[in-house]
Amino acid sequence: MAEAAHPAAERARDNRRVLTRLSVVAALMFGFGFALVPFYEKVCLALGVNSLVERSEQAANTQVDTSRSVTIELDANAHQLPWRFRPLTRHLSVHPGELVHVEYEIANVRSAAVTGHAVPSYGPALAGQYFRKLECFCFKPQTLAAGETRTMPVTFLIDPALPREVHTITLSYTFFEVAGLGGKS
Amino acid sequence: MSAVLDTHGHADHGYHPGGIMRWITTTNHKDIGTLYLWFSFIMFMVGGVMALVIRLELFSPGLQWVDPDFFNQMTTMHGLIMVFGAIMPAFVGFANWLIPMMIGAPDMAFARMNNWSFWILPFAAALLVISFFTPGGAPGVGWTMYAPLTVQMGMGMDLTIFAVHLLGMSSIMGSINIITTILNLRAPGMGLMRMPLFCWTWLITAYLLVATMPVLAGAVTMTLTDRHFGTTFFNAAGGGDPVLYQHIFWFFGHPEVYIIALPAFGVVSQVIPAFARKPLFGYASMVSATAGIAILSFIVWAHHMYTVGMPVAGQLFFMYATALIAVPTGVKVFNWVATMWKGSLSFETPMLFAVGFLFLFTLGGFTGLVLSLAAVDIQLHDTYYVVAHFHYVMAIGAVFAGYAGVYFWLPKWTGRMYDEALGKWHFWLSVIFINITFFVQHFAGLAGMPRRIPDYPMMFEVWNKISSVGAFGFGISQLLFLYIIVSAIRSGEKAPDKPWEGADSLEWTHLPTPAPRHSFHTPPVLK
Repeated sequence: MAEAAHPAAERARDNRRVLTRLSVVAALMFGFGFALVPFYEKVCLALGVNSLVERSEQAANTQVDTSRSVTIELDANAHQLPWRFRPLTRHLSVHPGELVHVEYEIANVRSAAVTGHAVPSYGPALAGQYFRKLECFCFKPQTLAAGETRTMPVTFLIDPALPREVHTITLSYTFFEVAGLGGKS
Repeated sequence: MSAVLDTHGHADHGYHPGGIMRWITTTNHKDIGTLYLWFSFIMFMVGGVMALVIRLELFSPGLQWVDPDFFNQMTTMHGLIMVFGAIMPAFVGFANWLIPMMIGAPDMAFARMNNWSFWILPFAAALLVISFFTPGGAPGVGWTMYAPLTVQMGMGMDLTIFAVHLLGMSSIMGSINIITTILNLRAPGMGLMRMPLFCWTWLITAYLLVATMPVLAGAVTMTLTDRHFGTTFFNAAGGGDPVLYQHIFWFFGHPEVYIIALPAFGVVSQVIPAFARKPLFGYASMVSATAGIAILSFIVWAHHMYTVGMPVAGQLFFMYATALIAVPTGVKVFNWVATMWKGSLSFETPMLFAVGFLFLFTLGGFTGLVLSLAAVDIQLHDTYYVVAHFHYVMAIGAVFAGYAGVYFWLPKWTGRMYDEALGKWHFWLSVIFINITFFVQHFAGLAGMPRRIPDYPMMFEVWNKISSVGAFGFGISQLLFLYIIVSAIRSGEKAPDKPWEGADSLEWTHLPTPAPRHSFHTPPVLK
């Protein structure tokens, strides 16, 4: 093709333009993956799901429902963490709406400071949304100095809207080590 | 970027390195297509052997052959290798061979980049294999690589993450190449709506890949930084959330399902009209159905996660959106059936595989519809019903379409015919054994057998025994395929320029058989 030089150069330029555009799309989509992280947090917040370690606002109705009581069982675990972690009360009986205060004891047995963060889970899982925590050590990471023992509180009430068929709620905390937040050990 | 200018394939005239260097340095779309196809067949065999290890262990309840850790590594690697090493490269191989010939282009738009996209793959495969020999072995986390397990695995996980990065780069480069080729290099007169449907399905697939592979790369990068750099995207201890990983993964993962399925649709849409001796019924509706499936695929991802505890409104949205995908998919199935309606049908091997695809893919689609219902899925989630479902659409759907394509275009690629009688044997053995393998898994799943377990209660034994027998039968039948292909290449009968009467795309009508190394230097003249 005698006249090929010019159209070939033009075609190469067109091709490069498509290449550039699609590369930009690919780069943007890589960023989009990361943008899903704050987006996910916002959606969960807006829908009120997944707020395990958020401080609950004061329950609107603090009327104590004395017509029934619910057994609360407390459980504590440390996940691959050199901590002894136990509730000072294993179980107690409360009326829905009643303000309850329980304490946990945490002891760091390692000879270095360790930072951990507690994550709660509930059994039955549906009870979680009726478990209103006003004060909890799980709201933020906790750093324990070498050999330190500390007593930490949880203040909560059970929402009186709790379905009547729930008689027992297990609250289980697991401490995970927080690496990279100054808690490297 | 001198390779960019080489759209006429002239530059390598006079430079033909022999032996292995021909394959390492090649920028010819046909050579690269061949490399992709052989690579994917080797990976298909490797992943298949892993599947047989799984079926061997599951032949009887109890632990007989492998320990549970190794079993988990097998299920993980089987999934990763089959999806990223076998099915996807196979269809990229088809794209490389066929798209330039179908649209009358001399080669792919970026010939050198095409070479790179292929030669990244063996390195990625090597990383996956090396991970078996690291302390702790290959990751046993499942092919979906869910956090938090991935955060805890040994260094085999890091190798897998890098392998996924490489595979992603390869796919993105390949897709950019395909899009550019289709948009810029069509012969004069080859309008977009005149392209064979295979080109359309690949154009849309390539867009899906460019949009979603980077998201997967992001997800595994987050896993990597969680493991080594103190971030806590998925680590609950630092305020992260493992469910977030699932959302990001499936934002990639569901379009990925169509990345696998759409090129298979494309192959079948070439094969069925050729053997029905009728043009494809409803071409325009096929194109829009393909685009519709692709667009919907972005808003259905959470149907893989009904059990994570999402609100009912969320479940309903994803359920309706998922069920909606049945509409464009149904359009396709009905169009294929209508293409065959009153056609002058003949059933050579490619057509047998295409019809097998049509039956069995549709069956897999129906179980998909069952699983789309949130209320039902909570019962069936992570059971063998799900395993049966996605093997019907992938192990049967995509693989049968692949076989249909190989038998269909083999004469054009090699200039020689395969043995028709043996081809039919291959089809019937495959279709019988694969159904023995997977159909019974529906029953095991409905009875409650969970996936990814090396041991199971006695009550599931019969289904598992049948399934294992089928799996070994299917595995051995694929050696027949290897024999058919190799003997066709070596000593097959010479094929005519147009061995299939009803085939009408440019590679059949405008090119000799076998296709010359350089085709369409000058664009074909289209009426």
